[in-house]
Amino acid sequence: MSSAFTKSAARNIFYGGAVFFFLLLLGLTFDTMQTLPKRDNRANLTDSVERGKHIWETRNCIGCHTLLGEGAYFAPELGNVYTRRGPEFIKAWIKAQPTGAPGRRQMPNFNLSEEQLDDLVAFLKYASEINTAKWPPNIEG
Amino acid sequence: MKYQSQAVAKPYFIAAIGLFVGQILFGLIMGLQYVVGDFLFPAIPFNVARMVHTNLLIVWLLFGFMGAAYYLIPEESERELYSPKLALAMFWIFLVAGALTIVGYLFVPYAKLAEMTGNDLLATMGREFLEQPLPTKIGIVIVALAMLFNLSMTVLKGRKTAINLVMLLGLWGLAIFFLFSFYNPANLVKDKFYWWWVVHLWVEGVWELIMGAMLAFVLVKVTGVDREVIEKWLYVIIAMALITGLVGMGHHYYWIGTPEYWQWWGSVFSALEPIPFFMMTLFAFNMVNRRRREHPNKAAVLWALGTGVMAFLGAGVWGFLHTLAPVNYYTHGSQITAAHGHMAFYGAYVMVVLTMISYTMPLLRGREANSPKAQVLEMWAFWLMTVSMVFITLFLTAAGILQIWLQRMGETPLGFMATQDQVALFYWMREYTGLVFFTGLMLYIGSFFVKGDKTQAS
Repeated sequence: MSSAFTKSAARNIFYGGAVFFFLLLLGLTFDTMQTLPKRDNRANLTDSVERGKHIWETRNCIGCHTLLGEGAYFAPELGNVYTRRGPEFIKAWIKAQPTGAPGRRQMPNFNLSEEQLDDLVAFLKYASEINTAKWPPNIEG
Repeated sequence: MKYQSQAVAKPYFIAAIGLFVGQILFGLIMGLQYVVGDFLFPAIPFNVARMVHTNLLIVWLLFGFMGAAYYLIPEESERELYSPKLALAMFWIFLVAGALTIVGYLFVPYAKLAEMTGNDLLATMGREFLEQPLPTKIGIVIVALAMLFNLSMTVLKGRKTAINLVMLLGLWGLAIFFLFSFYNPANLVKDKFYWWWVVHLWVEGVWELIMGAMLAFVLVKVTGVDREVIEKWLYVIIAMALITGLVGMGHHYYWIGTPEYWQWWGSVFSALEPIPFFMMTLFAFNMVNRRRREHPNKAAVLWALGTGVMAFLGAGVWGFLHTLAPVNYYTHGSQITAAHGHMAFYGAYVMVVLTMISYTMPLLRGREANSPKAQVLEMWAFWLMTVSMVFITLFLTAAGILQIWLQRMGETPLGFMATQDQVALFYWMREYTGLVFFTGLMLYIGSFFVKGDKTQAS
């Protein structure tokens, strides 16, 4: 870099740029928070959904699955599993684990009660109704 | 080593390397589970192995950053560390907390662990990379604050250089943004939105400051190029990192329920995110070409150059590959993400920590550089690990492209597991390459034990 461009000029670009773009990020964040009620399905955020999210977290589902495309890539996307499979299939599937099929990927059994299963399904239903800009591309996730 | 207190860096680096080995072992377990699904089930289910793999990575990189800070801040500030005892105490607290956490993951069912550690008081667990129990998260904050106090006092009373200020700023940012890990609203969209304030603002934000400072420090030392030049580069690089990376966070906000204007903000700004990484490549090569001395530690120079190249490839090129919204629509949450994640973490953060270790460890052990024999082995380790990581990335990329084609693009898309069966060949190739990486890592550790003729301080 040429010597006309000094270290203090570089430093000023750093501090100025960092502050400006952080403020821009804050502004966009503020606007996002204003817009979210129209997209994030909060009207259906019931106590059951909240309990379901807690089960989702404490069983570390994200350690194998993705949810809206984020998580691990070892097992299917679950953001749209409610529409792909329906509530009864989901519950039956969770109860039937592990399959024990030799050489196949295995999911642990979490010994969830009927009520916990309903909560988890409620959470997955709520997640499936978030406006995700038409992601995933198809039902397979 | 100019100051006695810099010696506290040594246990940090040793712990970092030890945990690195653990990380790779669990990576190999997971890699095999991808193709032999029931391997080690139910003893170590995939989710547990993954938690251990990713958490060990984070923890050992943090050990590396802390060790680097305790080494470079006294030297840059031209005085002893404010409190070496505090630094050492924090080392043990962090090591014990980290070890207990990993033991907890491995031997206690996760739901039980959550219950035991107060997750019902403040639910923070069960989110990717932030799986740590509440006491561990609080421990991380305490260790980070004690370190920042220690380092800030050292800098305040000493010489202020661009390198130590940027390092300190990066570490402060790391601690501050980690606080978002305590915010976990029931609203999934908000949960995800602020989760990225830890994850993205770490790896595509403040960690780049830490990385830049570490790289600049080593380049000053091994090239003897005028500090003014190096610090100017450092400022320009980190300016570009934050100018592109802050709003570049938008590339995570395409499909999680956030407004669709993020597709524009995210695409435009994150398309520019390779710039700071490309500048790091230019920076490293330029400084080494303009070197005013021949430093006897050739291995450290190799690591520094490698960091520049691999960070650009992994974070820059592989990031750009899937960052534009119309592309990301298909690649989001596929093996493409995994491919990028592996080479970016290795190329940027693993390699910069190993650069720092390579430069400082001989000094911490009382010599300017290791014997040529030890350095040759270390360079073998460099090439084995680096080349195998390139191939791991290529295989995962191939798997990802096939996965997307079969599962997301055709007229009759396959289901997830049917697709996984189709791409198994690439998972096998990734696993074999992983074994080569592990061999490289063993050689790397071996290089610390090779004696040979001492290179005396010049």
